[in-house]
Amino acid sequence: MNVPDDLQYSDTHEWLRMEGETATVGITDHAQAELTDIVYVELPKIGDLVSAKQAVAVVESVKAASDIYAPIGGTIVEVNSGLEANPALVNTDPYGEGWLFKLRIEAGEQVERLREPGQYRAAISASGKYDV
Amino acid sequence: MPVQYSGIMEEHHAVRNAVGVFDISHMGQFLVKGPEAENWLNFLLSNNVQRLAVGESQYTFLLNEDGGVIDDLIVYRYDEGKYLLVVNAAKTDEDFAWMEARLRPGVVFENQSAQYAGLAVQGPKSVQLFDAFFNSRHSRPARNEIKKIECDLTTLLISSTGYTGEDGFEVFFPAQDAAKVWKAILDRGAEFQIKPCGLGARDTLRLEMCYPLNGSDLSAKHTPLEAGLSIFVDLQKPDFVGREALLKQRSDGVKRRLVPFMMKEKCPPPRAHYPVFKDGTQIGEIASGTLSPTLQIGIGMAYVPTEFARINEEIEVDIRGRRFRATIEKKPLHRKGA
Repeated sequence: MNVPDDLQYSDTHEWLRMEGETATVGITDHAQAELTDIVYVELPKIGDLVSAKQAVAVVESVKAASDIYAPIGGTIVEVNSGLEANPALVNTDPYGEGWLFKLRIEAGEQVERLREPGQYRAAISASGKYDV
Repeated sequence: MPVQYSGIMEEHHAVRNAVGVFDISHMGQFLVKGPEAENWLNFLLSNNVQRLAVGESQYTFLLNEDGGVIDDLIVYRYDEGKYLLVVNAAKTDEDFAWMEARLRPGVVFENQSAQYAGLAVQGPKSVQLFDAFFNSRHSRPARNEIKKIECDLTTLLISSTGYTGEDGFEVFFPAQDAAKVWKAILDRGAEFQIKPCGLGARDTLRLEMCYPLNGSDLSAKHTPLEAGLSIFVDLQKPDFVGREALLKQRSDGVKRRLVPFMMKEKCPPPRAHYPVFKDGTQIGEIASGTLSPTLQIGIGMAYVPTEFARINEEIEVDIRGRRFRATIEKKPLHRKGA
């Protein structure tokens, strides 16, 4: 499973890419493989203020609907509207075209409680299951 | 059977366009024989076993006294006075206990579920695969026919039945031969682009055809008349379990019906238990739902009051607090060649 070195990870299989005060969020390669063919993505509204570990989006495969959690708190500033027409981008390019939303981080948010790539790799090889 | 092998979508399309193989070894098999076998089955099952010639099969229900569905199954008359019943895996023990409690002299009744493995080979190319597999030495069973075929690998009971709406076969054989039969079919099927298929595709395929799933669309709380499956109930038979209740329901009027529906707009996949509304009032809930891989739109089945059970009736499905438009459709939702 692909776990890029330049990202941070949540226990619930979201990834986060920090660029200044903005964080881009998606689900990991491991998560998309476990969820199987994604057929629908429900995204948060721009302007929503969300807190860490809050369910903010829903990713649906043929078999199940799965909540996606905000890895850290902030304000939703952008969502990936391309997923409306092509939700399978989450499967084919989970770290690129398949990103879900962008958050503007509030001052003082704790980014350090997320996992480093090595920790996340160890966690998924230990569990072997998507456990959200 | 796992939920998927290569992916639900890919497996679904393999069955609609080429051929797929499902491991159905989890399903239960009962053998019924003896001089009273036919009478006993006709008392316990809703359809009329007397209509079966040797080598034929029929879809039927095991009902409770209230006419509710304990299980839906296929009964094969595979020899004179001998019947094979194929039942749902999760219901095997319950079905067996129910039937055994009503056993009569002159009937031998055995649960052979552990001894049998089974595969369903389904899809338009299953016909060519059959001929290739047996080197054209055996004729294909006709629709609802079951035949015994001896081949190098094992002895197969093979019928033209399935749960996908495509041409196909279901084969049952001794469990110890399962691995080699599975491998042989995949090997022989390679030239027809065969794919191993899982429960996920099995569910989307059957739902496009509006074939019911016990536990979702059928239950002890619903009768076959409510499920729109009365053609598998022979009310002319003088006596069978559930008959009185069904006759009463028919004369009182069936109050709710299981209907297929299709979403009219892009929305999250409809799923079991989502509420169904008509003009702002909840009238029922979804029994089964999914995104149809063939039609690329949400589909499903729901129980609704009979007054709304009309083709083209407009309803709404509530998905996480949002309402989406749907219409009640004719079954099946997918037609071959459409």
